[in-house]
Formats: sequence, C-alpha cells, structure tokens
Amino acid sequence: MYILKAENIVKQFENHTALSEVSIKVEKGTIFGLLGPNGAGKTTFIRIINQITAPDSGSIRLFEEKLKPEHIRNIGYLPEERGLYKKMKTGEQILYFARLKGMKKNEAEKNMNMWLEKFGILSWRNKKLEELSKGMQQKIQFIITVIHKPELLIFDEPFSGFDPVNTDIIKKEILALKENGASVIFSTHNMSSVEEICDNIALINNSKKILDGKVSEIKDSRKNNIYEIIFEGNFNQFSASLTASYEIIEHIRKDGKSKLKIRILNNMSTNDLLSLMLKFGNIVSFRESVPSMHDIFIQTVKQNN
Amino acid sequence: MNNIILIIQREYLTRVKKKSFIIMTVAGPILTAALFTAPVWFALTENNEVKTVMIYDGTGHYKDAFEDSETLKFKFTDIQNAEERKKTFKSSGCDAMLTISGENNDKFVLYSEKVPDINIKEKLTNKIERFLEAENYKKLGIDKNKIDSAKVSVSLSTKILTSKGEKVGSAELPIAVGFISAFIIYMFIFMYGVQVMKGVIEEKTNRVVEILISSVKPYQLMAGKIAGIAAVALTQFVLWAILTAFITGIAYLYIGPEIIPQGQNLPAGEITTLNPASSLSNITTAILNFDWLNMFLIFLIYFTGGYLLYSSLFAAIGSAADNETDTQQFMLPVTIPLILAIVAAQGIIKNPESASAFWMSIIPFTSPIIMPLRFALGKYETWELVLSVVLLFSTFFAIVWLAAKIYRVGILMYGKKVSYGELLKWLRYK
Repeated sequence: MYILKAENIVKQFENHTALSEVSIKVEKGTIFGLLGPNGAGKTTFIRIINQITAPDSGSIRLFEEKLKPEHIRNIGYLPEERGLYKKMKTGEQILYFARLKGMKKNEAEKNMNMWLEKFGILSWRNKKLEELSKGMQQKIQFIITVIHKPELLIFDEPFSGFDPVNTDIIKKEILALKENGASVIFSTHNMSSVEEICDNIALINNSKKILDGKVSEIKDSRKNNIYEIIFEGNFNQFSASLTASYEIIEHIRKDGKSKLKIRILNNMSTNDLLSLMLKFGNIVSFRESVPSMHDIFIQTVKQNN
Repeated sequence: MNNIILIIQREYLTRVKKKSFIIMTVAGPILTAALFTAPVWFALTENNEVKTVMIYDGTGHYKDAFEDSETLKFKFTDIQNAEERKKTFKSSGCDAMLTISGENNDKFVLYSEKVPDINIKEKLTNKIERFLEAENYKKLGIDKNKIDSAKVSVSLSTKILTSKGEKVGSAELPIAVGFISAFIIYMFIFMYGVQVMKGVIEEKTNRVVEILISSVKPYQLMAGKIAGIAAVALTQFVLWAILTAFITGIAYLYIGPEIIPQGQNLPAGEITTLNPASSLSNITTAILNFDWLNMFLIFLIYFTGGYLLYSSLFAAIGSAADNETDTQQFMLPVTIPLILAIVAAQGIIKNPESASAFWMSIIPFTSPIIMPLRFALGKYETWELVLSVVLLFSTFFAIVWLAAKIYRVGILMYGKKVSYGELLKWLRYK
C-alpha cells in the first residue's frame, strides 16, 4: 500500500522547470529519503504535497485518495527554513498550531504536555520562544510537526541546527514514529543519516528523478567485488602468487602491516582469497567494500550533469 | 472557518496584550485631553516675565507712545551714532531695541540679539498703531470715547428647521465632528493598515509562514490577520473615546471654575450683549440636537470599509517585500489618495458641495475620509451616500481578491526584489 503516489509531476516557473515528469511512490510505514543537491526541486515537490502550490500536470494520490484540502490535517511538515513566532509563549504557540491542524484544545494540551515532558522542557511552557536556546526551539518545532499524530510526516533537513546529542534524540523519535505506523518523507543531503534510517530513496537532480529504489538494493548494485584487507605477513610472496583472478587496487604498507584493496574477478569466492592469504601471514581484518550513499550521490549527480 | 477564528484570536490577543498597546491606550487620551485643555490652561496662566525695550526716537515724536506696563518697561536713549547705539544696546541687558527714524513703515526697526520676541513685536506694533490712531482722531476732531461706546457685539443663535419644527443647531459643531471623524478614520487606516503590513512581513522574515500555510489557506491567513487587527483598532478607538471624555471632563472640572467667574466680572454694560450663559446653553442644546446615532453609524461604516480596503492593499505590499525598506516603492501610490483626502478635507469643510467634494466622496480610495465629513455637515444627497457605500464595499471585495492572489505568491518568495511587472505576473498564476 502506498501512502503517496505521485505520477509525472511537472512544475514550471517563470524561467526554469522545477520538476519535470517526476514520479515517486512512498510505501506506508516506511521512511523515504528525498535526496538531491540544493535547488533540485525537492522543496517544490514537498510544497505540492502540502498543497501550497499546485503542479502544472501529473497526478497525486495521498492516503489512496485524490489530493484534497482535508489531507493537510493528516500531514506533519517540518520545513527547512525553521520559524516560529518569537514573542509568543511556547505553550500557546504549540497549542495554536495544533488547533490549526484541527485538534481539540484538551487533546492538544494533553499531547503537548506529553512531548514537553519527554524532552524535559515542560518548565519552559510559559517562556517566550526567543528566550529559548536554538536547540530547544528546534525541539519545539519538532513537537509542532508531530503533535497532531499525522499519518504522513515530512521532514526537510530535520537535523540541521542540532548538536549530536539532540540529533540522536530526534533520530530515535522519528524511528519510534515509524514503529507506530507513521510514514516519513525525509528530505536531506546528509547522506549518513540516509543510510541509517531510510528504507527507500529517490534522487532528484535538475528537476528530474535520476535514481530511486531500496537503499540496500542500490548499494548492492554498486558493489564491485572489492574487499578491504589488513594483512600481516609477507606481502611480496603473496602478491607474486596471485593469479589473474585477483586485482590489487591499492596497497599501503604501514607499521609492518599491509592495507589492501583487492577486487575478485572470475567467479572466485572470498574464501579462495582468504585461504590463499593465510599461507603468507595473518589476516587482521577483512571486509567487503560497499560504496557509501555519499559516494553514490556524488557519482550519480556528476554523471547526470 | 474555524481556522480563521483561531487566527483572529491570535492576532487580537497578542496585540492587545502588548505593552505598546497598553501604553498607547493610556497615552493617547492623555495627549488628546491635553490638546483640549492646554490652550485654556495657558490662557489662564499668562507669562509674567518683565521685558525691557530700549527706544531710540530720532523724530522726537513718539515720546508719549511708550508707557511702562507691568510686563514691559522702556528705556530711552539719544545716542545718534547707529554703531555706537548698537554697542550700547548689546551691553545694556535690554531684550530688544526699537529705532524710529521717520514716519514710514521701513523706518521702524526692531533689533534683538536672538530670535525676535513675538510678544514684544506685537505689543510695540499695537502701541504705535494706537498712538497714531489717537493722533488721527484728534486731527479729524473725533471724540474716541464716543466711538468706543457706539461699538456693539452680536451673537446669532442658529436654528435648524426640520419637519418636526425648529431646533437649536450650531454651525461650528458639524465642522468639528466632521473633521474629527475624517481625521480619526485617516489615522486609524494608516496606523492599523501598516500594522497589517508589518504582521505579514514579520511572518515572512520569521519563516513562520511556511508552517502556517501547510495548515491554513493563504486567504484564510490574510483574512484572519486583517479582521483580528480590525478588532484591535476598534478596541483602541472605543477605549480612547471613553478615556478621553473621562480625562477631559476631570480636567475641565479643575480649570472650569476659574473660567466662569471671569465672565461674570465683565462690566455690567457688556453682559447684556454677550450673555455667556445663554450662548453656553445654546451649545449644549446644539450638541444634544446633533444626529449622533446616524453620524456614528456612518462613521463605523466608513471606518470599517476604509480600513478593510487599505489593509488588504497593505497586506499585499507586505507579502511582496522581505523587509520594511522594500515596501517604500509600493507604499507611495497607496498612501497618496489618503493624504490627498485629508489635505482636501480642510477645503471641503468650506465647500462641501463642490465637484471635488462630490468625486472624492464617491471614489472609494478617498470616500472613507470625505463622506463622513460631508455627512456631518449635512451637505449630501441620499443617492450619493448609497452609491459611495456600495462602491466602497464592492471595491473592497475586488481588491481583496487581487490582494489575496499577490499575497499567496508573495509570502513564499524570498530574497527577490519585486517590481510592478512581477506583481502583474503573480495575479495570473494558477
């Protein structure tokens, strides 16, 4: 079941195309990464889902229905450009936004207290927002995004402005929300967080979708049988005994150890390589070299430019 | 709809709770009351400082014209040399020096070391005029006392003939009411229209707008803001009216008893012609007879209509700007009709049925100021009033529709210097 199904979305502005024929599907209960360099069209896409702007053409189905105004009550949106009323009291502010999303006052108050307590900032309820530290303001913004228990959450660069401790807290909360059945669209160019929490991704560049799929599958498809090995022993004898089935890509000798990158060719297995190496010394570490999302991102974008 | 009410509430409460609102609410009436009472107070406590004037009379003719009074003393000099005389004046400590070298106007010169004192100038002019007049009377063989006793003072009591008979009416009261209404409407449109604009810019620069419009439609946000601030304006107005009346009342209670005995101290002969008691009761009846209810209704209609029309324009301007300095180019054309109207109002008081008065009370951008004025003066036709109101509100709906289109695009547009051409494009966006 797809919580969002966008097909062939086109959005044209005065002098440039923001989205051309972009199709994206988000499965219910998953975390979806919307990736792309600045200005690629991510924010425009998110604004279309939020019905802030309308696409020129293409169809969008949300919660298995045609897009309609009531849907926005069921979306929680954390924009990249954070902002709240500086002079308004924190508690009043959270309640105001919760009620704009259609919550009853009592219920909103209950949820707010639950979240404030969870983040340990209940005592800040009556402080004006400008009196809070930046990190705390971000937490308030996060609470405003999730307080009405939306089925779809959209986070645009959620970790910018957070220190590592708070980043971890928010990451855990996002995963917990997913456990409770929410679906998440996650727009970012912080690739390490994508690897950690996203199930699927789509990469948008210059208004076009250039890559999508499951994170694990994308990474697997980019593997090229390269292994990173740290080896203690006679490197020269070992390399002399290598057949044409192996290719040494990199060799660094340091502190009596060899750091190697070897590609295995011709249907040979890792075990073959290991048993060969054991004859010439000790293997300290052995692991498959998998391209990071970071590398895939840069590579794919470069290829398409 | 529910969301609009939430927005109105927030806009209203955050503004009414602000310190600046409370200060303005208290300070405004105090200032207004001061404006009403200060002239009376100043008149009662005149300046008692003694001034000395040095006189050089080259003609020898004016010796008797300058008699010392309690606040003005004279010191005569006969130094012939002009330069030497000026030097002596400077070291004499006198406040001014008058030199007379002939009969013509340009022969009277008043010297002073700083800015000439207007009081001294007026008193000296008066003394010379009286002195020369008395001489003329003598030459013509007229007894001045006879002329003085022949003078009379008349006060017309004004009455209005209505279908129900005649009633006491004042010619000055409608002018005052009309002009004050026009001015209040002008002031509130400006003050609170700009508040709407600032509110929009604030939400833009704070980037709150991004979250807001993922919950509400832009037109709801704009409508809620305009209505919420309108409620603030009305609250402020009502509080001002009540407080001003209250403070002025108290001030007159303190000063009042001092004015009335002065009137009674007039010589017996003058009381018969002046009769302050009856003219005072005339004013009171005129005030009571004035059509306050309809005036208030008209005031409210134009107050609301004018505010709504202009604040939607201000909202559109705010949405097209990133900060207040960016708004200048759009502010000017919007404020010109307003300023034009308040300037023209002063002429229209005298000529309420002129062509310019007619057009300015029909055109929606000036009618909120001019029509209440003409209504107060009673110089209008019913069809003009109806046409004016209909035009005002239909223009408001048209403007709101256009402003909402600009607003919708503008609030999400950052870091772009917007031109008029750009605004036209926004109107055509889907």
